[in-house]
Amino acid sequence: MPAITRDEVANLARLARIALTDEELDHLAPQLEVILEAVARVGEVAAEDIPPTSHALPITNVVRPDEVRAGLSQQAALSGAPEAEDGRFRVPRILEEEA
Amino acid sequence: MSPSTPDLVPYDEALSRYAPVLGLEVHVELSTASKMFCGCPTGFGAEPNTQVCPVCLGLPGALPVMNAEAVDAVIRIGLALGCDIAPWCRFARKNYFYPDMPKNFQISQYDEPIAYGGSLDVMIDTDDGPQTFTVGIERAHMEEDTGKSLHVGGATGRIHGAQHSLVDYNRAGIPLIEIVTKPVPGLGKYVPELARAYVGELRDILRSLDVSDVRMEQGSLRCDVNVSIAPVGAAEWGKRTETKNVNSLRSVERAVRYEIGRQAAVLDAGGTVKQETRHWQEGSGTTAPGRSKEEAEDYRYFPEPDLVPIAPTPERVEELRGTLPELPRALRVRLLGEWQLSPLDMQALINAGAVDLVVATVAAGAPPADARKWWLGELARAANETGTELSALPVTPAQVAQVVELVADGALNDKLARQVLEGVLAGEGEPDEIVAARGLAVVSDEGALGKAVDAAIAGNPDVAGKIRDGKVAATGALVGAVMKATRGQADAARVRELLLERLGPPE
Amino acid sequence: MTDSSTGDLVRRTAVDLAAMITKGEATAVEVAQAHLDRIDAVDGRIHAFLHVDHQGALAAAAAVDAKRSAGESLGTLAGVPLALKDVFTTAGIPTTAGSKILEGWRPPYDAALVERLRAADIVILGKTNCDEFAMGSSTENSAYGPTHNPWDETRIPGGSGGGSSAALAAHFAPLAIGTDTGGSIRQPAAVTGTVGVKPTYGGVSRYGLIACASSLDQGGPCARNVLDAALLHEVIAGHDPRDATSIDQAVPAVVEAARRREIGGMRIGVVREFAGEGYEPGVLASVRAAIDVLTELGADVVEVSCPSFTYALPAYYLILPSEVSSNLARFDAMRFGLRVGDDGTHSAEEVMAMTRGAGFGPEVKRRIILGTYALSSGYFDAYYGQAQKVRTLIARDFAAAFDQVDVLVSPTTPTTAFPLGERADDPLAMYLADLCTIPANLAGNAAMSLPVGLSDGLPVGLQVMAPVLADDRLYRVAGALEHALDDRRGHALLEKAPTL
Repeated sequence: MPAITRDEVANLARLARIALTDEELDHLAPQLEVILEAVARVGEVAAEDIPPTSHALPITNVVRPDEVRAGLSQQAALSGAPEAEDGRFRVPRILEEEA
Repeated sequence: MSPSTPDLVPYDEALSRYAPVLGLEVHVELSTASKMFCGCPTGFGAEPNTQVCPVCLGLPGALPVMNAEAVDAVIRIGLALGCDIAPWCRFARKNYFYPDMPKNFQISQYDEPIAYGGSLDVMIDTDDGPQTFTVGIERAHMEEDTGKSLHVGGATGRIHGAQHSLVDYNRAGIPLIEIVTKPVPGLGKYVPELARAYVGELRDILRSLDVSDVRMEQGSLRCDVNVSIAPVGAAEWGKRTETKNVNSLRSVERAVRYEIGRQAAVLDAGGTVKQETRHWQEGSGTTAPGRSKEEAEDYRYFPEPDLVPIAPTPERVEELRGTLPELPRALRVRLLGEWQLSPLDMQALINAGAVDLVVATVAAGAPPADARKWWLGELARAANETGTELSALPVTPAQVAQVVELVADGALNDKLARQVLEGVLAGEGEPDEIVAARGLAVVSDEGALGKAVDAAIAGNPDVAGKIRDGKVAATGALVGAVMKATRGQADAARVRELLLERLGPPE
Repeated sequence: MTDSSTGDLVRRTAVDLAAMITKGEATAVEVAQAHLDRIDAVDGRIHAFLHVDHQGALAAAAAVDAKRSAGESLGTLAGVPLALKDVFTTAGIPTTAGSKILEGWRPPYDAALVERLRAADIVILGKTNCDEFAMGSSTENSAYGPTHNPWDETRIPGGSGGGSSAALAAHFAPLAIGTDTGGSIRQPAAVTGTVGVKPTYGGVSRYGLIACASSLDQGGPCARNVLDAALLHEVIAGHDPRDATSIDQAVPAVVEAARRREIGGMRIGVVREFAGEGYEPGVLASVRAAIDVLTELGADVVEVSCPSFTYALPAYYLILPSEVSSNLARFDAMRFGLRVGDDGTHSAEEVMAMTRGAGFGPEVKRRIILGTYALSSGYFDAYYGQAQKVRTLIARDFAAAFDQVDVLVSPTTPTTAFPLGERADDPLAMYLADLCTIPANLAGNAAMSLPVGLSDGLPVGLQVMAPVLADDRLYRVAGALEHALDDRRGHALLEKAPTL
């Protein structure tokens, strides 16, 4: 029986960069536990020798030629930006260093 | 012990008690015309966010499509490194959040790299002469580059202390190939040299394949150095650190050396080495810890659903194998014979990163010995003085070949040739332009030479007398006088002839 | 007050309207205006639309009229109005995916499907309501309020594409576009008495479709009858080099199939697993009656068992959240969309989390967390990995079934339209609406829903499923059945819907 604690949910929310209120955390854990129990049924299927399917159709080798194509203008690229400066997307200060 | 200036155990001492293990991860930016998953151009230096589209901006609804040239490139790289090419492989999503990542996942490859299981032989100088070590290649796989952030408001333009950042996605989606070695134990004290030689050798191979500019100083070749140490004789390897921001071959060597000393000090003091990412600091020659994370990142890899598997046919792989150029190692073996070099001479060329340059200079018409002389002599000195690599100097093999020809024709002597090369490096133009502009041609006008010789004889009667008396050796002093008077532009051999004609014993 | 001709216009089929426009019996502008007027008058109650593009639609209609005047040739659906699910990017026109996190976002590019609609001179009236990021079975998860079923405004119109199906049923447009990830076209079609088709995976380009679960999503045609849907199918389907999963083959001959109106000798399999407990008797009765008609029309009907289908729902609710958790990571306040908390005191990381906390609704958050869990190292094999294996088994069951029969049939969904609010607090109960539709998404097969009857005055849909790339078989069966049922009934089912 999979159990998922409030702490685990809080951890997952951090990983997923979603700020949850305490109330949300209170409700989510039991809800997720019920769902998890239902989906865990996939474990009932004997599938040791079954290959996984990641793509519905057996298409392979779809590539495009190495050619330049018109993209977006700087203005169009920035058109949805919450904030822009000097042709760049302005974002709040970043704490973590790049991986 | 101050935490900001860690102790270091001197290198040789560290090696007497600890055995190091080395790993290297190299990222290569491909020189394709368009990005990995979209048709945006990849050129350097454009205005910010002018080489972007919905795909590389990660806009809702956008989809990636693989660049055919990039697939060919990674297969060729894999073949050049002796790898097996997977008959079928997929892409995977590496999920993590960062503002320079448009989708907050990177399309990469996880447990199905397209190339794996190769090796690269690297030769370095040891106490017992040049020796070859085989570095195992774990894998080479495809992935995409991130955008670039400018951090504004802090003191140094780095992240710490910045108030906000400005992001440019022109670089996002540029094709990257990641090449990972297997761990290399048993190198003992040669770890730093081997690391450097491996990266240099890899760079030469990539350059010969013409898949990348491989300029470390520009970021088209990036190296992460993994180092761990364990007490000599220990059954298990130690905890390893990963050092990033290593931007030159010299830094690779220095970073490895430093990390070994630092880790030895930690272990000597009874501590444990923290498994972490560190950053090489060029100025201080040290590594600094990256921001520590509470837990190791879980990238939650899963197969990329928007891209279909790549399944290169055996025929295609062989076709690409046929396009491989003569690889550096084979080239060098051939040159050893053709140029009658000793292995030591060849090693000197390799160490200086001069092999390709000398080959190109020979192709432009210079004799091998002359080509080597200039690249390993004058030009190597210039490179050292400016702290750059030979290949980054602003002089081409064609120009060097021109200078060699001018000397062979007698239009220049060695001293003048040096001045001409100085001029090329300074950006004054082509060799013949500099000769003309600076008036550096060898004085071969018999009249002018004759006058200068007569003047030297007249000005040095004692020495002239000695020569008349048969002390031919004294001629050198007068030659020197003439050279000085002509600002080094006289043909020294001709001067000597003229002096002896006038002063020497009758034939 | 609408005059009879205008009222007429909104009750016409797409085929009729296209013919009228081509012949000059009505202008495209008149047709567009009639539909826009109806939307303005009635959609306040239904809430099918999130954005109505009066200006754009009339301009597009005028362009069609100009083309006609100039003697230029027009496509088969030129001038016909269409309602577009708000998960396709439309350049310069608000696109929200039913979420607050994209409120006000105007994309800088058109989706491939939108390009095709425009090239066919179809007149896009506006963007329709849907469950947030296409996750739901009732359209109650829309951040902008639910849509009401035109058959009974206290009931759900289905989801996630309830807006598109309601728009059809309410006669706001004769054509609509939806997307189907686990039944989001078919189930709304079933509960609104309309036709909805999920093409073979890869049949319609996903370039410009805001992704929910990439390996399952498909855009598809919605209409009030089979032939209209087939014509629309032909417009939107086809290879697109910008979508690597797009099928590089000719579009199946769906229009030809829709016109055949005969199925003599076709072998039809009834899925044994899709009946029994949880299925409303009225639904089963209507479906049974329709299947009997198929027999009368000359088809060979047998029962087929697909045992792994019972694992389809749990596998789906592992695979979908996993892909969703990754696809929705890009909504981070950095490049577009909502930004919350950027007051100078919060870091980028905090602004990301605050924005996503404020901008995503509860169902979306549930699925992102679930997906993050299922992909975590340590859990991957048991959950996501295992679900992918179930996917293989489902594909094998389909293949085995299609060795015996040409198409499979079942109820589209176990119940008729349930009341708004009934399942809103019970995610698992909500998920059960997708029981019958999910297998086709997991295996990539073509599937559709056709209205076949009423149960307690509410529409019931029959699902038809065909092998991969055999979309035409759907239309052949549905076209014949629709014709026979309308014949027996004396009118189209939709005419029983309340007049709004």
